[in-house]
Amino acid sequence: MSTQTPQTRSARELRQRRRARQIAEHASGGILPIIIKIALIAVVDAISLFALFVAMTHGQWIVFAVVLVIAAVVNLVYFKRGWLPAKYLTPGLIFLLIFQVFVIGYTGYIAFTNYGTGHNSTKEDAVMALVQSAQERVPDSPAYDLTVLEQLGNYSFLVTAPDGTVSVGDDSTPLSTVSGAEMSGGVAVGLTGYTSLDFADVLEHQKEIAAMTVQISDDPNDGALRTPDGSKAYLYISTLEYDEAAGTMTDTKTGTVYSDTGVGAFTSESGEQLMPGWSINVGLENFTKAFTEQSIRGPLLSVTIWTFVFALLSVLTTFALGLFLAIVFNDMRMKGRKLYRVVMILPYAFPGFLGALVWAGLLNRDFGFVNDVLFGGAAIPWLTNEWLAKFSIVWVNLWLGFPYMFLVCTGALQSIPDELTEAATVDGAKPFAVFRLIKLPLLLVSIAPLLISAFAFNFNNFNLIYMLTQGGPRDAGAGINVGATDILISMVYKVAFDGATSDYGLASAFSLIIFVVVSLVAIISFKQTKSLEDLN
Amino acid sequence: MTVKKNPILALGAMTAVAALALTGCSSGGSDDASEKEGSTTLTVWVDADRAPVLKDVAAAFEDESGINVKLVQKDFGKIQEQFVQQVPTGKGPDITIGAHDWLGDFVTNGVVQPIELGDTASDFQDVAITAMSYDGQTYGVPYSIENIALLRNTELAPEAPTSYDDMVQMGTDAGTEFPFLVQVGEESDPYHLYPFQTSFGAPVFGTNEDGSYNSDDLQIGNDGGIEFANWLAEQGAAGLLPTTVDGDIAKEKFVSGDSPFLITGPWNVSAAEEAGIDLAVDPIPAPGSEAAQPFVGVQGFYISAKSKNVLAATELLTNYIGTKDVQLELYKVGNRAPALTAAFEEASADPITAAFGEVGANGVPMPNIPEMGAVWQYWGVTEADIINGKGDPAELWTAMADEIQSAIDGE
Repeated sequence: MSTQTPQTRSARELRQRRRARQIAEHASGGILPIIIKIALIAVVDAISLFALFVAMTHGQWIVFAVVLVIAAVVNLVYFKRGWLPAKYLTPGLIFLLIFQVFVIGYTGYIAFTNYGTGHNSTKEDAVMALVQSAQERVPDSPAYDLTVLEQLGNYSFLVTAPDGTVSVGDDSTPLSTVSGAEMSGGVAVGLTGYTSLDFADVLEHQKEIAAMTVQISDDPNDGALRTPDGSKAYLYISTLEYDEAAGTMTDTKTGTVYSDTGVGAFTSESGEQLMPGWSINVGLENFTKAFTEQSIRGPLLSVTIWTFVFALLSVLTTFALGLFLAIVFNDMRMKGRKLYRVVMILPYAFPGFLGALVWAGLLNRDFGFVNDVLFGGAAIPWLTNEWLAKFSIVWVNLWLGFPYMFLVCTGALQSIPDELTEAATVDGAKPFAVFRLIKLPLLLVSIAPLLISAFAFNFNNFNLIYMLTQGGPRDAGAGINVGATDILISMVYKVAFDGATSDYGLASAFSLIIFVVVSLVAIISFKQTKSLEDLN
Repeated sequence: MTVKKNPILALGAMTAVAALALTGCSSGGSDDASEKEGSTTLTVWVDADRAPVLKDVAAAFEDESGINVKLVQKDFGKIQEQFVQQVPTGKGPDITIGAHDWLGDFVTNGVVQPIELGDTASDFQDVAITAMSYDGQTYGVPYSIENIALLRNTELAPEAPTSYDDMVQMGTDAGTEFPFLVQVGEESDPYHLYPFQTSFGAPVFGTNEDGSYNSDDLQIGNDGGIEFANWLAEQGAAGLLPTTVDGDIAKEKFVSGDSPFLITGPWNVSAAEEAGIDLAVDPIPAPGSEAAQPFVGVQGFYISAKSKNVLAATELLTNYIGTKDVQLELYKVGNRAPALTAAFEEASADPITAAFGEVGANGVPMPNIPEMGAVWQYWGVTEADIINGKGDPAELWTAMADEIQSAIDGE
């Protein structure tokens, strides 16, 4: 007998359904995955905790905060019921943050500094290095035998001069002769009231002892004793003096005063800089330098043009050849298609940089296979003539790149239904018209994004350029180390790492320019691709 | 149904967090290990060849001094750059192995500190100490000296040539593919061609009284330099210095008996010996009127400017690396002549080492001043252009000298 109203019944049904779903959910998972999940998250938490601890002890509060937020998000996402999309997206997002956003952000930061040769550290380090290297041993000064003494936590030098005089002194009191020192083999080794340090003790406090300077007399200009090894002391005189209050360096020989003028190095009034300097924020200087300085702007422009030409030609030639071969090998009348296809894919199985290296050997003017065998010993400068080198680059890239295009075109062609071709043929279309009006547009819909990514890849195809020509041939007259086949990325590499002076700031600025260019090209092209899709 | 994928996802997240954790650790994490009391640890960067020898040295040093030595293997070609980058962050080593011509860069970047060799300085060959000095300060403890000389295949050329023309004549008479070989390469190789250049009286830089290079005195464009440029063009036209012969090809052709002569360093000796070639080492014949002086390269050990274990590091370098036994051991792995005079004398029992040493004694240290960077940038390409006849040699050479001067002034 039903006394229940429809409402209560449906409420109960709802409850039952929910319970059933929960049971089903648990049953579908099982207990093991849950244990694994908890164990894995425990590992994540343990590592996070360790990272937090390490970050805390080093005062790295930004790292601390980032780790904390990430750990919290991971726990929340995986313990909270539901949030299915988040469960899938979280790892990817974290990787994106670390490997993309952070890298681009850091490159951006470097692009606004003068980080590079001579400016690779802090002002503090620069001062230390300058003072260190300005300590010159007084010419013809003798070596003193040394025993390091300790008294109530303060260290003193007990030195025996070559003439046998024994004296003692420390950081604040100059050397004074003492008598009654404990001698061993003509060397003073101890003094009443002091503890003599043995080598192990010296090592334990080597930082303090290595930093000690003991003036030889009341006049600081006479120089001071320092020890490089704890058992000998030498007389040094400094040629540079750092005035901490004024923040200036003074050359004691010439009297020149070098001050911090905001260029990241101590600079004299005549503009002479003391190296090392330190890295500072230079604002947009690297970018303006790239666009205004004649010696950089000229090469930058020609390199940019060649980069576009190279990337475009690479995509077009490989696509054309790949498509052509795909069509040929897609024809049912062709015999032995499978074998040919395998042969065609071989270059793709070769590591790209190795392929380029082998080609560099093949194209050697005097000893290369190409000239020796194919051209009967002609001395064609494949890699050393500006235009032939550009041609060779495109040629080798065609060899390296067409199998990929061949593969994707084959796949795309096979997915186009035969009925379309048949219908067109029935309507009286010629084979080329069928290809141009039906197959190609359909093909492009699926291939266009790949062409764009191939363009982006070739835009930054460092391996090929570096292994084949290293950017050469270089024009000896050009003011900058950039050759005829250098593309932007190899130019960045040369600015940053090649040659005697590295300029990481400028290289980072170039990288950002490349990033912007590639992004723009990609955005515009993808917009265009949309219009292709409308064809369908 | 939501649980199934989770372990994989969690694994991904875990890796990400681990990566973050590592970045957290690396920012300054290595500092405090060395601050712990009673356990001084010296970190030494060393390349793969030298590592086995130094392992024994380190063990002996540990026993005697109680200082731990941690050897870190590095690719020799990358040490210079990594050292400059890592020292300022506090992550660099206490000591690194290195070549003497890195020194200018190191000092400019403030990453090395002077070493006081004291009275032991006179135990080393003069050229080694000069090479390891910059601005009047000694920065490294040298262990080896290397330079190029003329390797001769005694079967094809029984006598040492007396002059450059003599060498070419002997090589032509031998009827081999090349009268003589020297590595040139597409952008030329100024290092290997330098003895020829010096024989015309055209060093790169003038020197100060103490033998160090004077960066204000660029000599490369002098009259001798122009004479050398003209000579290069002649040799290029005669096909004697093909730019297609790079280091590998030169070595391969010599080893397979395609030329009686190869101008090279000790690093190619073992390959030639293994191929069964009977070798002799001669001075490089001079085409000009002066002696053909090769560059001398010195390798040694530097102490980081940020080392917290200066005393221990100095102790290791001066009292261990600077001893005869260790220098001899290091000599055995690279065949490069030891920098310590006593060790060199003993190593000279080998006629090839002795001969290389004799040629080196006549050489000049490769400039270690940073201005050299500007020189390298233009030097090789210009030589290659001259060899390939791409213009008037004198004009090209003078233009190069002007470019170098303006690059130096601009720095």
